[in-house]
Amino acid sequence: MQARFPAPPPAAAPPVAVSILAAGPATAFDGEPAEPSCFRDLNLDQIVAAATAPKAEYNLSPIFRAPLLDIDGVLYRQAIFRDLERPEVRATLDAFAGGMRALHANRRRIEAIRYERERQAWFLDGVLLYDAAVRGFAAAFAATELASPGLIAFRDYLAAYAGADRFTRLAGAAAGLKRELAAVSYCVYLIGGHVHVGPLTDEPDFTEEILGVFAKFKEADARDHRVKLSDAGEMNHIEAGILDLVAALHADLFGRLDAFVAANAAFIDATIAAFDREAQFYLAWLDHIAPLEAHGLAFCYPEVTQGKAIGAEGTFDLALAAKLVKDGRTVVANDFQLSGAERILVVTGPNQGGKTTFARLFGQLHYLAALGCPVPGVAARLHLPDRVFTHFERPEVAGSERSKLEDDLMRMRDILAAATADSLVILNEIFTSTTLADAVWLSREVMTRLAELDLLGVWVTFIDELAAVSPATVSMVGGVDPDDDDSRTFRLTRRPADGLAYAMALAGRHGLTYRRLRERIP
Amino acid sequence: MKVHLLFPDRDFDAAAPLPPEAETLAADLGLETPVAAMAAGDRLIAEVVRAVLLGSTEADVGLVRFRQGVLADCLDNPRVVKDIYALAGEALDAERKQGWHWADSPSSILGRSRSLLSTFMELLGRIKALADRHGERFHSAGFRGLFAMLDRELDAAYFAEVEAELSRLQFNEGVLISASLGAGNHGVGHVLRRWPKEKSFLEYLTGRQAPSLHFEIAPRDEAGWKAREQLEARGLNLVANAVAQSADHVASFFSMLRTELAFYLGGLNLRDALAERGLPFCLPAPAADDALRLAATGLYDVGLGLKTDGRVVMSDIDADGRRFIVVTGANRGGKTTFLRGLGLAFLLMQAGLMAPAAAFSASLADRLLSHFRKEEDATMRSGKLDEELARMDGLVKAATHRSLFLFNESFAATNEREGSKIAGEITGALIERGVRVAFVTHLYTFAHAMLAEHGDDGLFLRAERPADDGRVFPLERAEPLDTSFGRELFAAVMGE
Repeated sequence: MQARFPAPPPAAAPPVAVSILAAGPATAFDGEPAEPSCFRDLNLDQIVAAATAPKAEYNLSPIFRAPLLDIDGVLYRQAIFRDLERPEVRATLDAFAGGMRALHANRRRIEAIRYERERQAWFLDGVLLYDAAVRGFAAAFAATELASPGLIAFRDYLAAYAGADRFTRLAGAAAGLKRELAAVSYCVYLIGGHVHVGPLTDEPDFTEEILGVFAKFKEADARDHRVKLSDAGEMNHIEAGILDLVAALHADLFGRLDAFVAANAAFIDATIAAFDREAQFYLAWLDHIAPLEAHGLAFCYPEVTQGKAIGAEGTFDLALAAKLVKDGRTVVANDFQLSGAERILVVTGPNQGGKTTFARLFGQLHYLAALGCPVPGVAARLHLPDRVFTHFERPEVAGSERSKLEDDLMRMRDILAAATADSLVILNEIFTSTTLADAVWLSREVMTRLAELDLLGVWVTFIDELAAVSPATVSMVGGVDPDDDDSRTFRLTRRPADGLAYAMALAGRHGLTYRRLRERIP
Repeated sequence: MKVHLLFPDRDFDAAAPLPPEAETLAADLGLETPVAAMAAGDRLIAEVVRAVLLGSTEADVGLVRFRQGVLADCLDNPRVVKDIYALAGEALDAERKQGWHWADSPSSILGRSRSLLSTFMELLGRIKALADRHGERFHSAGFRGLFAMLDRELDAAYFAEVEAELSRLQFNEGVLISASLGAGNHGVGHVLRRWPKEKSFLEYLTGRQAPSLHFEIAPRDEAGWKAREQLEARGLNLVANAVAQSADHVASFFSMLRTELAFYLGGLNLRDALAERGLPFCLPAPAADDALRLAATGLYDVGLGLKTDGRVVMSDIDADGRRFIVVTGANRGGKTTFLRGLGLAFLLMQAGLMAPAAAFSASLADRLLSHFRKEEDATMRSGKLDEELARMDGLVKAATHRSLFLFNESFAATNEREGSKIAGEITGALIERGVRVAFVTHLYTFAHAMLAEHGDDGLFLRAERPADDGRVFPLERAEPLDTSFGRELFAAVMGE
């Protein structure tokens, strides 16, 4: 009665035949990489948190923290995204994921159960959940048109797996056992401490008899007096004892059950389990951008390049847009373009003019493109960076040994040391804690070095001169819309006093003039 | 089992929401005083009487006469009616004392419900006996229907059957529970079974063909005993529910009986209170709502009468065929009292009770809507005139052409010219649609315009200045005067 269930196989990553995250030899996307340093400055932390929150059980953030470094990998994922955007493919995957979630819930439950006879019943349910998920998925997927090499490779694997004998026999046996169990009924007779168990014959139902006697008083549905008897899920030893006696009444059935469970302890395939998680990376992202698309915001598959001629049209800060859409406010879209020798966008303009937002969207766009994701915008061509460096102004840390300027300079030095021609650098209001002349001079120095590195970047600054420092810089100016004026709706107008007009207008407003009132009384 | 003393064809719904304007009407008319007199300290009577009075919209002549018949039986047989009311109350007290607890188990529910049902059956027997003994003295359709139903449903055989069933529910020989295997091989679908009544269970068990397996819970196995209790609870749950619901059903019969009788006990108490003060009352003559009838002799404000040991001013009015009444005249001359008295008489008549007058006949109204000037606008949300108009707007939403409006100093929050204009437009539109209006006003311009433009459709009453000793005179039929004696009052108050 207390025997332990066979232990699950060791947790070491089992071999995976096909991965839909990477084309080549399977990369492990299940470590716990640290959050990239640019995440906070670019509000990527908010974006990733929002995208992964609905699917917390899949542990997707490691995948979001590992941008790809090769264009082929990006194309591999973009193709899968395109397939998954089609509703019929999506529906197929959702159905599979739902089935697997039910299976995982079942497995977690089994782990906590003490009594073998109870665990066996849940085990059968698990086998059937797995069978339904896999068989349904294989059937639907076989009939689905796919274009991405990743999904096609997985489909081939799945078809072979689901067609194999071992798999088909498993569910048939489980279903048969479950049917037989459900047909078992019995009687328990309780008197004092004695518990008798026997088969059910034809004893009449007491409840019906009582209700019949008092039926004449019934005028309305009565309050429910049934006590909510909590079924905590786990059996107690009296129930387990009764179940053992029921098993003794049905010795043959329970003997076959024992044998089935022992023979099929590890029935979940490693590649299918991995696919279950990896697919959620794609679905999480599509789910995250869907409400924004529904709001009329555009997303596109960027052309990813090693070159430096880049641009985007109708793009926006994804983190900000999510907030604005939630509040029912308008999202302002932006364009940018760098060509020829142009490398660095220098953004100037008044406060509250959208400058920081622009710097963020520039970084987000490139990072998200490197994940293979569709990005905000009507169209985009983006560089595949080796790293994204950011330096945003931060409040001074109280008690810090160094001055803020010193701190700025040290961070700048680290960036310049680590950045390559393929890096992205995004600077936002640095050198604000010194004189203008100093700031101009320091900024020119940094700009010269950035230009020498030949990297791409955005620099938000109050120093207008910076916009024309070198042929690599392009000036962009933020602004506020002067027509955006709320005060007009409260304008008062002057009108001469007009005797009864005021009172009658008041009456009119309440629908109480002679004419209106006559119409109102039915 | 139906009571049907308030409606010939349906139960009274004590929980039905009152019309939105009802609370204002109750406050404006001073309804709480007559309600308190009717309740005579019984909270149930107060609740029921109040709900019936304020909810007596859509009353028709047939319904008013039906209740007047039941009321007449009550006035003739107060002792029997009060006894039945008390027995129903005893049943409900027993139910309340049993109480329900949050930690209830099926077996405790079963035990309580069983004993409650025994008590109920005993009280039903006593009510039945009262009906058998005194039924001949009741003549109304309402009481005759109730007594006939008791006779039909509760015969001796039924009482015996219930007793037998209740004794079986004690389970002195253990319980037999069936179940089948469900999710996780847990027992599900527990059903309490009855074995053949003539055998003890052990006899029954040993007589069965199939084997029975057995174990015993150790005396010290606390968790085991608790688990056994839970299992038994699953078995008893449905049957306990059935017994408790049966008790509920019987209790709801007592509750309905007591609730509907409460209304008529209110009538009995009102009669006693009026008689004690020597105030007249009558069973009014209701008329169809389109007959445009309104006539009264000796009409008085029943609230004031109950408060003042019977010192009231009685007015005679003859407004048959009139669409509106305009009351003008002196301050403190009894205008508001008249309006209240009229409104209360309408409510009492429509509910089927006696009217505070020597004689009262009127067409029924589907709604009574009161618009009384408010002293203060507590919220300061809008100007006073705006507030009055907003309130009026709300009343208009509830009104139909069969409604009766009671205005008291309305639309006086602005100057005479504006107020008269608004009052005139509103009253003109209302009466044109067939709505009946009683309007107490200081607005001479308005009152005069009503006389000039609709004189034949209206009844014009005037309050005289009270006598020097404060005595108030009956309203007189007279045209509006362009003074309300305010200057005199001012002088009197200021001592000039």
